[in-house]
Amino acid sequence: MSVLDSKVPEGPIKDKWTNYKNKINLVNPANKRNIDIIVVGTGLAGGSAAATLAEQGYNVKAFCYQDSPRRAHSIAAQGGINASKNYMGDGDSDYRLFYDTVKGGDYRSREANVYRLAEVSGNIIDQCVAQGVPFARDYGGLLDNRSFGGVLVSRTFYAKGQTGQQLLLGAYSAMNRQIARGKIEMFNRHEMLDVVKIDGKARGIITRNLITGEIDRHSAHAVVIATGGYGNVYFLSTNAMGSNATAAWKIHKKGAFFANPCFTQIHPTCIPRSGDYQSKLTLMSESLRNDGRIWVPAKIEDAKAIQQGKLKPTEIAEEDRDYYLERRYPAFGNLVPRDVASRAAKERCDAGYGVNATGEAVYLDFASAIERYGKEQAKIHGIKNPSKEKITELGEGIIEAKYGNLFQMYEKIVAENPYKTPMMIYPATHYTMGGVWVDYNLMTTVPGLYCLGEANFSDHGANRLGASALMQGLADGYFVLPYTIGDYLSNEIRTGKIPTDTKEFDEVEKEVKDRINFFINNKGTKSVDHFHKRLGKVMWDKVGMARNEKGLKEAMAEIKAIREEFWKDVKVPGDANEMNLELEKAGRVADFLELGELFAKDALNRNESCGGHYREESVVKEGEQKGEALRNDDEYKYVAAWEYKGEPADAVLHKEELEFKDIELKQRSYK
Amino acid sequence: MGILSSSIARKVSMALSALFLVFFLLIHVSVNLVSVFSEDAFNAASHFMGTNPLIQFVMQPVLIFGVVFHFVLGFILELKNRKAVGVKSYAKNNGAANSTWMSRNMIYSGLAILAFIALHFIDFWLPEINHKYIEVLPEDPTRYYHELREKFVNPIRVGAYVLAFVFLALHLLHGFQSAFQSMGMNNKYTKCVKNFGKTYAIVIPLLFIFIALFHHFTH
Amino acid sequence: MNLTLKIWRQKGPQDKGKMVDYKVNDISEHMSFLEMMDVLNEQLVNSGEEPVAFDHDCREGICGMCSLYINGEAHGPDRGITTCQLHMRMFNDGDTIYIEPWRAAAFPVIKDLVVDRTAFERIQQAGGYISVNTSGNTQDANSLPISKHAADEAMDAAACIGCGACVATCKNSSAMLFVGAKVSQYALLPQGKIEAADRVMNMVHQMDLEGFGNCTNTGACEIECPKGITLVNIARMNREFLKASLKG
Repeated sequence: MSVLDSKVPEGPIKDKWTNYKNKINLVNPANKRNIDIIVVGTGLAGGSAAATLAEQGYNVKAFCYQDSPRRAHSIAAQGGINASKNYMGDGDSDYRLFYDTVKGGDYRSREANVYRLAEVSGNIIDQCVAQGVPFARDYGGLLDNRSFGGVLVSRTFYAKGQTGQQLLLGAYSAMNRQIARGKIEMFNRHEMLDVVKIDGKARGIITRNLITGEIDRHSAHAVVIATGGYGNVYFLSTNAMGSNATAAWKIHKKGAFFANPCFTQIHPTCIPRSGDYQSKLTLMSESLRNDGRIWVPAKIEDAKAIQQGKLKPTEIAEEDRDYYLERRYPAFGNLVPRDVASRAAKERCDAGYGVNATGEAVYLDFASAIERYGKEQAKIHGIKNPSKEKITELGEGIIEAKYGNLFQMYEKIVAENPYKTPMMIYPATHYTMGGVWVDYNLMTTVPGLYCLGEANFSDHGANRLGASALMQGLADGYFVLPYTIGDYLSNEIRTGKIPTDTKEFDEVEKEVKDRINFFINNKGTKSVDHFHKRLGKVMWDKVGMARNEKGLKEAMAEIKAIREEFWKDVKVPGDANEMNLELEKAGRVADFLELGELFAKDALNRNESCGGHYREESVVKEGEQKGEALRNDDEYKYVAAWEYKGEPADAVLHKEELEFKDIELKQRSYK
Repeated sequence: MGILSSSIARKVSMALSALFLVFFLLIHVSVNLVSVFSEDAFNAASHFMGTNPLIQFVMQPVLIFGVVFHFVLGFILELKNRKAVGVKSYAKNNGAANSTWMSRNMIYSGLAILAFIALHFIDFWLPEINHKYIEVLPEDPTRYYHELREKFVNPIRVGAYVLAFVFLALHLLHGFQSAFQSMGMNNKYTKCVKNFGKTYAIVIPLLFIFIALFHHFTH
Repeated sequence: MNLTLKIWRQKGPQDKGKMVDYKVNDISEHMSFLEMMDVLNEQLVNSGEEPVAFDHDCREGICGMCSLYINGEAHGPDRGITTCQLHMRMFNDGDTIYIEPWRAAAFPVIKDLVVDRTAFERIQQAGGYISVNTSGNTQDANSLPISKHAADEAMDAAACIGCGACVATCKNSSAMLFVGAKVSQYALLPQGKIEAADRVMNMVHQMDLEGFGNCTNTGACEIECPKGITLVNIARMNREFLKASLKG
């Protein structure tokens, strides 16, 4: 048997969580007062966990690198949050959400976890409404839903195009209530730089105060990591500039296995890159695909003319447009899952049909939606024989009500009016399904060390469906961890306060300080960003949307070379004992330079195409599905959990075989 | 002054005293305007105002309190706000990009009006009090019109008078609608309030100016 | 384009600080303002100088971290955006651009262009929440219908990103737009009405304690707010405050 024990409870899938909760060990309220928990990261997962644990009576210390917990990058999620409420009466259920998530994840997630996620999804909505999250409503005063990519029902709750913001502010308000009660001690502008283990258990962390540079020790009976994903390994991504993998990578180096790093989501609808100076990419919510139609010119000469700025998209006749998603996937059309949509865009652009100066963009066109809504509105308002202008005006009004803030955002960045001319979009790194391996309790392979949200390898398998990240983050934090952590902590009630003046803390603190001093004293010649950009280019070119053995081997060697050069030649100005943004970046990039190599190694190991991971060697060779991704369940139906052994290339693979008892394994087809 | 310990309470107090003064302006200009049409009517009105005990011993102290309250609180707010801004100020600040000159300079237009009120006290109010309550001179119900005419002979005084009312207009242009906002009124009627406020802020001072010029040039 | 930048440099909270001139060349009009700052910082690092510290994170206008006072305006000359959404096409070749931190006694400078906005945190902690437990046993979300109008209006108020531009631009350093937005969001929703009176009293009290100024209704905050939060929210807060005060 593998060293990995997923601890999935026995019993039928729909009873597992309930039965498990009924039998789990609990900590009585008086004892909770004597137990400390550290929560690192204050996004949806960390923020909701901190608030709930504090409500339950634990003493929580919460940490974030931003100046406020409210700024965690969950705030940028636009589209919505899924829940199997079936308010629309379109046949939704826990099972269907479970099924869609497992299928959407291309059968690489753990059934029991996903079912639990679907089961608690409804609670999340109840909870958020009680907190005052202003979800969109219909005229009857009830909650409105929209549909999202990859599914056949409308189950996505939303708050304009700022759902992540509103949910995070809900969790933040719950945190504030506990901060005011003294149950959460909040450390803003603090970055976790390592974890401290005592007798094999996670017992504390070392942090750096980002204002003063002070290195502090914090002890606790359990440590919860909820620090998000590692998409910034690509340098350019839709992540925040500060989003980093340091906490996750540091616990990996201290014994937590890292699972499926190659499962990374390239989101199809981002604003294309405009030049080399680009610092980040901006996502346009996937919800736009509900009303936008994606196309490129059907004729190569039209594409060339557009790239040279000689032709406008509105000048291309309907029959000369290639709505390639509708053409290739008639059943799902523009609403195919993200990985499928992204690869299809890349395929067209690689074939030369891309539409901006870089040739790396496709159109997302709202003209037909505007016309459809306009006619509908004209009918509603009883306007007979409306003029074309009137229809456009009415239709634009509806589009504005639905996506106004996104359209405004696009116009500010690109300086084009998307009501009048189609948007340009291109795929960009968005979300990482891989992450720290956790069991059913969300505990890593280190006792007392938990990992939540995007930071864990989680419930999304090889591809995440739209509006499921928010669901998972909040499920983990509000409804899963607060129960499961009790099982572990019930053995800690006699432990007492954990001292920080022990040799374990001394050692880790010294490691942290040595590394900081190294950066400050290493008088190299190149900036941190220089190395980060080089890493990002290797990742995008060779470990991006399409991967092959040759490229991945090259990538591993190149990343190692960049890493070695980084440690010789990086330059970090300023001092350690002050606010030093370059120093912060240096530590993060150093970790990305290791993670990137493991990422490539994992991608190399997994010689199948599944979800966001596409191996050119593993495609359907002929028939209707020719060229589509081909999964290999016989050989790769497992979670690849990597154990750290000094160098990323030396990491040891542990397999958690996945069992599918409630869902039949099928090749995904969205045709 | 516990009630004034909160920023919003101070805002509301400022607004209430302002609206009271705005209303007083209307009465004042109405009485003054009578002087343009009829000497007798003006004398009668002034005599009533000057001798009616309700006006003299209730309204007048309330008015004085209102004026003093408004400018003292105005100063307090200005000092508090300066403290809130802190010692360092922007090397470049483009206030005109997002707000009107009037709204940013209420303290200066207010100071100009205060200076005028001081002059007004010396000119009208002190001789009046002296006449009635200190020297207790016999009341002549026909004296008011001539006294008024005398005051507007001097062109410098008329000039100062006109200038003061320009400042009053500027002060009112922001102050009128601002008072409503402070009291929590911002709704579908706000547009009307704003328009009415602007009209009021221009018409009332213009009438005062017209009266002054009328008497100056018809002397 | 080539630009002259006048940037506030301040080593630490105790340092006096001063404006320093820098030159950047070959700036593309498609760059975002912060990408232009990246170019400057790369230049500074390469020449061995300390880069300019400024707050930024999401770079898509939602986290509320970025906070620059550019050419005399919070978040610069464009409207409805944060600093990170400002693009260089708003400037011309040869321009001189002033870049300063938010100024307010309640927002002390930490370093260069980075200020301490934790006063906002304490205001939120004073009452910016609804006192329900995250227990999972709350009633069904649809058992409490809320009019679309109220929900939409609450959403508009809740769009605040807590960046502090309202304070920075206010001649009185007043935080009433920020506080008004939060008070409004909850005052508009039935869930929030239950503790509305305590909330507004506590939040306004904390706002005053933090040393923010008094609103004089100049309306500058509403113009500079990247999320279009309106003065209606301040009026609503005033009303809520009056209501709560009169009730005692």
